[in-house]
Amino acid sequence: MTEGQITDLQKLALAVRENIVRLSTDGGCFTGASLSCADLLVYLYSHYLNVNPSNLTDPNRDYLFLSKGHDVPALYSLFAELGFIEPSRLANHLQANDHIYWHPNTNIPGVEFHSGSLGHLPAVAMGVAMDCRIKKHSNKIVVITGDGELNEGSIWESALVASAYKLDNLIWIVDRNYFQANVATEELIPLDPIHKKFEAFGWNAIDVDGHDFNAMHETFTSIATNGKPSVIIAHTVRGKGLPSIEKRADRWFCNFTHDEVSALLTELHENKMAELNSETLVVR
Amino acid sequence: MNYEELISEIALADERYIIMTAENRALIRNIPKNPALADRFIDTGITEQTMIGMAAGLALRGRVPVVHALAAFLTMRAYEFIRTDVGIAHLPVKLTGFIPGFLSDGNGPTHQAIEDVSIMRGIPGMQVFAPADEEDMILMLPEIWDSSSPAYTRANLIKPLIAHDKNFRIGKAEVIAEGSTITFLTYGMLFNNVLQAKQALEAQGLSIGLVNMRSLKPVDEEVIIRAAKQSELVVVVEDHFTTGGLYSIVAEVLLKNQLSANVQPLSLNEQWFRPARLSEVLEYEGFTPEKIAARALGILESTATKIQL
Repeated sequence: MTEGQITDLQKLALAVRENIVRLSTDGGCFTGASLSCADLLVYLYSHYLNVNPSNLTDPNRDYLFLSKGHDVPALYSLFAELGFIEPSRLANHLQANDHIYWHPNTNIPGVEFHSGSLGHLPAVAMGVAMDCRIKKHSNKIVVITGDGELNEGSIWESALVASAYKLDNLIWIVDRNYFQANVATEELIPLDPIHKKFEAFGWNAIDVDGHDFNAMHETFTSIATNGKPSVIIAHTVRGKGLPSIEKRADRWFCNFTHDEVSALLTELHENKMAELNSETLVVR
Repeated sequence: MNYEELISEIALADERYIIMTAENRALIRNIPKNPALADRFIDTGITEQTMIGMAAGLALRGRVPVVHALAAFLTMRAYEFIRTDVGIAHLPVKLTGFIPGFLSDGNGPTHQAIEDVSIMRGIPGMQVFAPADEEDMILMLPEIWDSSSPAYTRANLIKPLIAHDKNFRIGKAEVIAEGSTITFLTYGMLFNNVLQAKQALEAQGLSIGLVNMRSLKPVDEEVIIRAAKQSELVVVVEDHFTTGGLYSIVAEVLLKNQLSANVQPLSLNEQWFRPARLSEVLEYEGFTPEKIAARALGILESTATKIQL
């Protein structure tokens, strides 16, 4: 990618993060999880996926399924920037007159399927991938799960079956931010080595820095179609972009005061630590 | 025509159909051998959850997946996937549950789907069907599969004792007979036994009604109301827990319509059934024609006594 392209992606990612922070009040949202996959979504929708507001019913479009549904603020924030939804709709967050709530739903243009219950969308994506293959369409089918989500048994069922059916049009991204809802993944149900687990299940497995646009571009544009599905383990930082909440187990779900939101927006731009006093919320 | 011939014929004529199974091939053993259907036959292995998720994905692309598994594992192992992926999105995924109710005979309680009607009808938009026998099932399935709703059907390969009304409609029951003393409301594999119980009671000079419910959701409210108004006693016979099945459905319909009636269940009350050969199950649990007749008569007599008191 050119330097100009990188700069554009960085600008877009900053705007997305601003939107996420603005959603983190008056009821709050899953701020930490959303920030970890922001760069990933920005890259995918800008340079990788053939999907945009004008081809959402085209059967030849690419599909993205967000299985870790609690990070939907990142998706909506991006959709507002890319014209999938009116930016003003973000102000309807948690209002009953719109559908901008804590998990994805298909009332929002661009959301291919609802999620929220973990471990579901790999299988749904596989159904879509299977149909595309039967019809000899060349769509790419991408599904993003969390890393904590890999605790679910259905995840490994899906990994077995996708491999058995050689779904090489399927790309599974693990947002590897090393945290699940309340604790660090390796302290609860250790997941490493994820790479080797998927390889043992018959997948191509590739690790990438999920905040490095160049590295992502290199990785995604060289995925093999060799009869194996591919998993991209995107190494990310929960809360990325806000040092005051980065890698903190208690900043998965955040409901900040308006003053804190202002401080965080300043921090986003200046990257300095904000003073935060909101109480820790345990949602799960 | 059997199940496999029906599904082959329908799928060959309409490429939207995808035939799926979680490694339960009893009803569809020869489908993968048909080259014209091979790429629309998907066996996901023993993975009911993944099968349902994939079926939802296929339906998103305009397909009509007909999925097969043992009724207990289909409706319970995959329940949240059915509710969340198929139910919330209201996708036309067609579920066929094999060996539901007493048909799991000697398998034991792990395999007994006797809460399937209850849990499947609890999903908004999910239709629930239970044909009386194989012929009834073949009559019903084309309309069930053609509808745009998700649907669960209790598979039933029992051979028919009578010819059924060929004009099956979703939400309509098949009224075999109307009667003023007892009306039996039943569904699924117990139909034949209830039919014979009806004949035995008629031989004793009683006026007996019989309804093959067929469509449990949507249900034929009119038929239920008529039975309650016409008969001294309504007996609901089902190979299902008393909670949540047809007995509950009848209660809901009557209550909603402000009707009070003597409606009694012959069903499984807070217990799994004794596993054995099917004939022994029916004998042990009291669902042979003779026992159904005797139990219904007993209920009628105890009810009559109560009224005299």
